Amino acid sequence: MTDLLEYQGKELLREAGLPVPAGEVARSPKRARAAAKRLGLPVAVKAQVRIGKRGKAGGIRLCATLDEVEAAAAVILAMEIAGHAVEAVLVEAGVSIERELYAAVVLSRHHRCPLLLLAPQGGMDVEEIAAAGGTFLRTPIDPLLGLCDYQVRDAVMAADLGGDGPEAAKRRARGLAGALRGLWCAYHDADALLIEVNPLVVTSDDQVLCLDAKVTLDDNAVDRQAAVRAALAGGDDREGAAREAGLSFVTLDGEVGVIGNGAGLVMSTLDAIAAAGGRAANFCDMGGGARAEAIATALDLVLRAEQVRALVVSVFGGITRCDEVARALVEVFSGTQLEVPVFVRLDGNAASEAHEILAAAGLPGVIVTETAGEAVRLAVAAAAAGSGAAWRQAAAPNEAGESR
Amino acid sequence: MSILVDAASRIVVQGITGREGAFHTRRMLGAGSHVVAGVTPGKGGSDLDGVPVFDSVAAAVRETGADVSVIFVPARFARDALIEAADAGMALAVCITEGIAVRDMSEASAHLARRGTALVGPNCPGVITPGACSAGIMPADVFSPGGVGLVSRSGTLTYEIVYQLTRAGIGQSTCVGMGGDPVHGLGFLECLERFAADPVTEAVVLVGEIGGDDEERAADWVREHPEKPVVAYLAGFSAPPGKRMGHAGAIISGGSGTAAAKKEALEAAGVPVATHPEHVAALVAERSR
Repeated sequence: MTDLLEYQGKELLREAGLPVPAGEVARSPKRARAAAKRLGLPVAVKAQVRIGKRGKAGGIRLCATLDEVEAAAAVILAMEIAGHAVEAVLVEAGVSIERELYAAVVLSRHHRCPLLLLAPQGGMDVEEIAAAGGTFLRTPIDPLLGLCDYQVRDAVMAADLGGDGPEAAKRRARGLAGALRGLWCAYHDADALLIEVNPLVVTSDDQVLCLDAKVTLDDNAVDRQAAVRAALAGGDDREGAAREAGLSFVTLDGEVGVIGNGAGLVMSTLDAIAAAGGRAANFCDMGGGARAEAIATALDLVLRAEQVRALVVSVFGGITRCDEVARALVEVFSGTQLEVPVFVRLDGNAASEAHEILAAAGLPGVIVTETAGEAVRLAVAAAAAGSGAAWRQAAAPNEAGESR
Repeated sequence: MSILVDAASRIVVQGITGREGAFHTRRMLGAGSHVVAGVTPGKGGSDLDGVPVFDSVAAAVRETGADVSVIFVPARFARDALIEAADAGMALAVCITEGIAVRDMSEASAHLARRGTALVGPNCPGVITPGACSAGIMPADVFSPGGVGLVSRSGTLTYEIVYQLTRAGIGQSTCVGMGGDPVHGLGFLECLERFAADPVTEAVVLVGEIGGDDEERAADWVREHPEKPVVAYLAGFSAPPGKRMGHAGAIISGGSGTAAAKKEALEAAGVPVATHPEHVAALVAERSR
C-alpha cells in the first residue's frame, strides 16, 4: 500500500490523459507566490499530506492576490494535520465549479475485482455522501474485459449532468465518459488499488476536471512500476531496511519489542502484549527458516528504537526446527551486548532440544519461557519496571520453575 | 471424507525444480501425498526423486492424470502458471507464492472462475487432509486425522492451533490456509459450505485477522446454517489503522476491517472467539460435546 500525495496522483492522472487543473508544487511561500504568478489568479493553495479531511483542518485556501498566496503557503507549510507534517503545497489554477461528483475505481476484496464508483455528490467523504442519502453507482469491472462501453454509458446516464442546451450537455457527457475510461486505464496501468477523484467537477464552461486525486498503489507491483519503487524508497528507514532483508516490519510506539515467525503469530503476540497492559514497539515477522542473518537483522531493527525496554521472541516451529532457531539465537546473542531483557518462547518442532541448547548456552539477559503468554507477561512487567535490576525481579517466577 | 484433497488426489507441482518447490515436494511425498508430476518449462524429461518433470501442465496431465496443482513459481510468473493450470483442467490450484501483484491475481482469479478451477491462496500454506494428502507446505507431523475442519488466514497460527488440537486428542478433517492476500481464492464462506456438506467434519475453526469483511460474511452464513459448531480466533486487536501487518490483506482501512467488529459479528452469530490461540482447543472440546 503506497499512498501518493495529491500532486503525485495528479501527475499520474495527467499522464493517463485525464483532465487535471494546471498546478505547481511549492515548498516555500516565495515559490508558491512565483507559481501563482505563472498560473494566474485566483489559485487554490493545498496542503500535500497523506491524510484525508485536510480541507476541514484549514489545509486548503483560495487566494485572490499574490500576497494572500504567500501568506497562505506560510501558514499551511507550518501545519501538522492529524500528526502528518505538511511536506509541500500544490498551487492550482482556480476553477469555476458548477457541479461536484464523486468518482473512484477501487479494489473490492469481496468481488475480487475493481469497482467503478460514482456518486452524484462530491467534495464530502464517502461516509458523509452515504449519510446525506447519496446514491452510489457500483459497477464491478471484469479484470479480463476492462471497463466496457455500456458500463460507461450507464454511468454517464445515471449521473445526468444536464447542461445549458444540447451542445453543452453533449460536452459534459463526453467529458465524463472520457474521465471514467481514463480512471480505469490509469488504475490498470499503474497497478493501483484505489484511484479516488473527489470531487470530479463540471466547470461553468462544461469541462469535466479532476480536482483532487487520492491514489494508492500496489507494493507487490514494485518490479514493473517505477512510481512504487520511488514511493517505497522514501518511507520509514527501518521498514525499508527490513524489506531489503526479506523481513516484514512495522514501526509502532510502545516499549516492548517483538520478533516472531509468521504475520498472524506476530499480530497475536501484539494483542497479548496489549491485553497484558503493555504496548508493542514494533511488528516484526522474520518469516520461515532459522537464518542467523535474518534474526540478527531483526534484532538490530527492533533494538534501534530507543524506547524499547524488553523484547519478546516468539517462534512456533512448523517446518522450521526450533533447535535450529535456538542455535541461531545463541550465535546472534553471544555476539551482542544486550541492554534489555529478552524473553524467548520456542514451541512446536524440536522445542525440547531448543530449550536444552539455550539452557546450555546460559546467555545473560535471555530468559526462556514455556508459553507465549508467559513471555509476554514477563516482558510487559520488565518494560513497566524499566530498569535493569527490575527486570531480573520480574523474571524471578520463571527461574523458580513456573511452567504451564 | 474431507474437503478439497484426499488420498485419491494426484498432485502436480509447478516450479518443482526451484529451491522451494523441490524442498516441499519431498515433504509432501514424505507425508504420503501422491505427487505424480512436476512442471518446469525446459526441464521436461528429468525427474525429482523419481517424480517425472514435464515442460507443461497439459503434458503432465496427459501422462499422469494430475488433478491438483501446487504452485511455487516466482511472483512474476504466478499469473501465467495459474492460467496454465486452469487451462489444463485442474480441479484445484493451490498457490503458495507470495508477493503477487493484485492485478495479476484479479485476472487469474477471473479466469479460474470461468474454467471452474477452485483456487486456494495465494500467499498461503496450502491444504492438508491429515493422513491422506498434503498439498502445500504445512508441517504434516503437527496434524492428526479427525473431525475438525479449519480454515485460516495465517500459516503459523494454524500450526500453533492445530498443534494444541492434536495434543488435546482432537483430530482434523481438512485444514485450509486461505492466504493473507486481499485477492484470494476460497475463503471462509466457501470452506464453511464445503465443511457443512462433509460427513466427517463435526466442527469448524475459523482463524481470521484484520482487513476486509470475510469474517463478517462468515458470521452471516453461520447464523443461517447453525448445524455444525463453529469457533474462531482473530489476530490484530491491537493493530493500528492504515498499517499493513505483514500480510498484504491485513490492514484496517477507513475504520473497517477491525478485529473488534469481526469479533462482535461472530459472537452475535453464536461463534465464540478465543482470546489466545492456545484456548481454541478447549473451545472446540466444549462445543463438540
